[in-house]
Amino acid sequence: MTDFDLTQPETHSISELANALQSKSISSMELTQLYLDRAEQLDSKINAFTSFTKEAALATAQQADAKISDGNNNFATGIPIAHKDLFCTLEGNTTCASKFLENYQSPFESTVTQKTNELCLPMLGKLNMDEFAMGSSTENSFFGPTKNPWHLDYVPGGSSGGSAAAVAASLTPWSTGTDTGGSIRQPAAFCGISGIKPTYGRVSRWGMVAFASSLDQAGPMGKRVEDIAHLLNIISGFDAKDSTSSQQATEDYNAGLAQDISGMTIGLPKEYFSDQLDSNIATAIDAAKSELIKAGANFVEISLPSTDAAIAAYYVIASAEASTNLSRFDGVRFGHRSDKTEDLESLYKHSRAEGFGEEVKRRILTGTFALSAGYYDAYYLKAQKVRRLVLNEFKVALKNVDAILTPITPTPAFQLGQKQDPVTMYQNDIFSITANLAGLPALALPCGFAEGLPVGFQLLGDHFTESRLLNIGHQYQQLTAHHLARPTALV
Amino acid sequence: MEWQSVIGLEIHVQLSTKSKLFSGASTQYGAEPNTQTCQIDLGLPGVLPVVNEESVRLAAILGHGINATVAPYSAFDRKNYFYPDSPKGYQTSQFAYPIVHDGYIDIQSTSGETLRVTIIRAHLEEDAGKSVHEGQKGYTGIDLNRAGTPLLEIVTAPDIRNAKDAVEVMRQLHMLVRYLQVSDGNMQEGSFRCDANISVMPKGASEYGTRAEIKNLNSFRFVEKAINYEIERQIDVIESGGTVVQETRLYDSENDETRSMRGKEEANDYRYFPCPDLCPIVLSPEWIESIRQQMPVLPAEKANDYISNYSLSDEDALQIAQSRETSKFFEAMMAILPSDAGKIAANWLQGEMAAMLNKEDIGIEESKISSDALVLLIERIRDNTISSKMAKGVFEAIWNGEGTADEVIAARGLKQISDTSVIETAVDDIMAANMPQVEQYRAGKDKVKGFFVGQIMKQFKGQANPAVVDQIVTTKLKGE
Repeated sequence: MTDFDLTQPETHSISELANALQSKSISSMELTQLYLDRAEQLDSKINAFTSFTKEAALATAQQADAKISDGNNNFATGIPIAHKDLFCTLEGNTTCASKFLENYQSPFESTVTQKTNELCLPMLGKLNMDEFAMGSSTENSFFGPTKNPWHLDYVPGGSSGGSAAAVAASLTPWSTGTDTGGSIRQPAAFCGISGIKPTYGRVSRWGMVAFASSLDQAGPMGKRVEDIAHLLNIISGFDAKDSTSSQQATEDYNAGLAQDISGMTIGLPKEYFSDQLDSNIATAIDAAKSELIKAGANFVEISLPSTDAAIAAYYVIASAEASTNLSRFDGVRFGHRSDKTEDLESLYKHSRAEGFGEEVKRRILTGTFALSAGYYDAYYLKAQKVRRLVLNEFKVALKNVDAILTPITPTPAFQLGQKQDPVTMYQNDIFSITANLAGLPALALPCGFAEGLPVGFQLLGDHFTESRLLNIGHQYQQLTAHHLARPTALV
Repeated sequence: MEWQSVIGLEIHVQLSTKSKLFSGASTQYGAEPNTQTCQIDLGLPGVLPVVNEESVRLAAILGHGINATVAPYSAFDRKNYFYPDSPKGYQTSQFAYPIVHDGYIDIQSTSGETLRVTIIRAHLEEDAGKSVHEGQKGYTGIDLNRAGTPLLEIVTAPDIRNAKDAVEVMRQLHMLVRYLQVSDGNMQEGSFRCDANISVMPKGASEYGTRAEIKNLNSFRFVEKAINYEIERQIDVIESGGTVVQETRLYDSENDETRSMRGKEEANDYRYFPCPDLCPIVLSPEWIESIRQQMPVLPAEKANDYISNYSLSDEDALQIAQSRETSKFFEAMMAILPSDAGKIAANWLQGEMAAMLNKEDIGIEESKISSDALVLLIERIRDNTISSKMAKGVFEAIWNGEGTADEVIAARGLKQISDTSVIETAVDDIMAANMPQVEQYRAGKDKVKGFFVGQIMKQFKGQANPAVVDQIVTTKLKGE
């Protein structure tokens, strides 16, 4: 291991931070303070945070140091973290980047943050996002857009844009995100970091404000595959409070990282490599394939014919679920209540009209329409059939391959304000939504640059094969250095 | 024209679980507003529901009780509508796949025939909270204590033809849910309430008329009155040239009328769709069968046994059979008593016992007289040790802890005198002292016999066996 550099903790892996803490080269108080100072200095440019929880972070750091002194600690105890602002936390506000919840304080803790709290991971703050996780650019935030640390005029992706930008800019060693249609992987690709959307049901949804319940899945984001494997170890597992969480035993996701991947077969679905794909991304992915071939992997072409229909199906299902998930935001019990309230109907209408942003309203209306009498069969039911087809095609393909490699986005990060048309914006999700429809795990990895902006690819696998994906990803990162590149735009 | 009314019922039964359908909050009735709620009932951001397994078990029990299929696969849907007492903006209910379907119950119809009423389905759903308009300084208060309470909604086919039969269907189901202990059936507290769908058509027609739904009928009396009012109203509308509109109506019990709540055109589009937060309820055939195996003998079957084994009247048999505790008590007695004592045992349970339980406001399981103790008392009546009349006093004494029947009889010197020679001597003496009355009797004034019986009973302080006295007096007066 390299010597620990106190002035540049951000250059170190999670393992190195853990070792430094345990060998007392640095205390959790010092480490936490370093990150808080760095975030204070840089976040005015990036806007990755919706709020900081400085005092609570330092209090947790103090507890962590005591635990480490007593030998009462776990591997990650004392390493600071930041959470996407749709995990309910007792500390600070839980806003979902919405005006509706601008001042909302949750009276309970999400399972994900409960787990990191139990290990005494100081929470630096809450991370910016598209309002209620609806968006692909973090421009739909009541607290203003997050900027891409690689180029401040560009978007960081979304909806977990704050989570990706904060890691890329080293404002936090790692972070949590959520992925409903690519919201971990797409910002990871745009910001040049690693992130995994686990199998649906692997991580509890309790306390994660729902966008589309059947698609939402929380996951870890960090610089290295080995870093996110550590965080996945912490946050995954069955939760009796979430009926859709899986009882399947969890694994030590770091245990198999070093395994040889030679002989593994990786599928390349031809539908994902069309002319629409940016040539720089295509070139970067070709280079990644070469590296994986060097590591002993074989590539075969496969076909997933329903990919084209998936985007429409996704936006019907996600919007349908969102339209009813967001009905509870009615101004009656919590959150924004309009001053213009005169009677019950005006309470609902004004509170929701004022509290929700444009994109959220668009999805509520789309979803309400899709579920309406007379349209249900044509939209919702048909979308469910497409979803079943997508899953079946993946299941068939995954009988013959160990993993599937695809691009995450058709293009690199775009400029802030560039994509105004919602349909163009939705099409940006074409490669990422299928994993959510099928409930499959998908690992995003950086693989180079397109005109100075990071690009990435993803590895998809069968349900509960996170370990294998992480193994391939880690082996890839042993041969490449894209994940270690640091944005220079900030300095 | 002659009209035929057609009625179907939707009965909401609150299941007697300790906690709510999707949360751990208590279902206790009558607490301070919003004290029986948790984050889940309040519908806060980030919460998720988890199905209460006891509610599934209770639904399965009732399913077997109404001769229905307990579904191996059922699922929850969201019924979307905005209302302040519906905290999530939707009600979680079973729409496409109910947990119970295709059952029936048999009732005694007013026509004198047995009427088989089809139960189309029974599904699980959560109750709403309530809005409080009084004492809120111009605001509306929301009490979510009831929100999330588990309900089973039982839906009958439109097989019912008049209000009295509708009440009988409701009574049968009410008895059944209490007997099976799936609900306390408390109608004042809203644990058992009914919506009625009513239409009328010309007698002999094959196509039903347009129906109106009357919501939230919470007593048997209101069900009957509301249905009768609504039938008359619809007939009036048609006969005066109008048409019945499909709508939801409310019954106003003070004015005994139904009023329109909302019409079809104002009806909500509930946008039902499968709740993505809950997995389908999958029940194995083994589990469903094990619940069936544990089912108690149902009241109707039990009553038939009582009628054939102990010659009870239909009414007595049903009365006893429909309470699990009373029938248990009765059967414990009949395990000792001979079968020809069934009638007297039933009389005592329905008479003195019921009155005493009523007076003390307790259930038979808390009775201060055990089944064995009551058996002993009945045996003393049957062997003529005491009269039925004397037995009432003995019953009270046993209840008050004065000992067994025998102990009370001994302590009070209550032994009945059945020795004919003793009674004959006494009758001879009294007749000798009252010759004019003897003459009157023999001249045809039968009523005078009562005078002699009274005198004898007085002389023996009520302890003479009345049957024996009556027989001796009659014989001697007639001079036979």
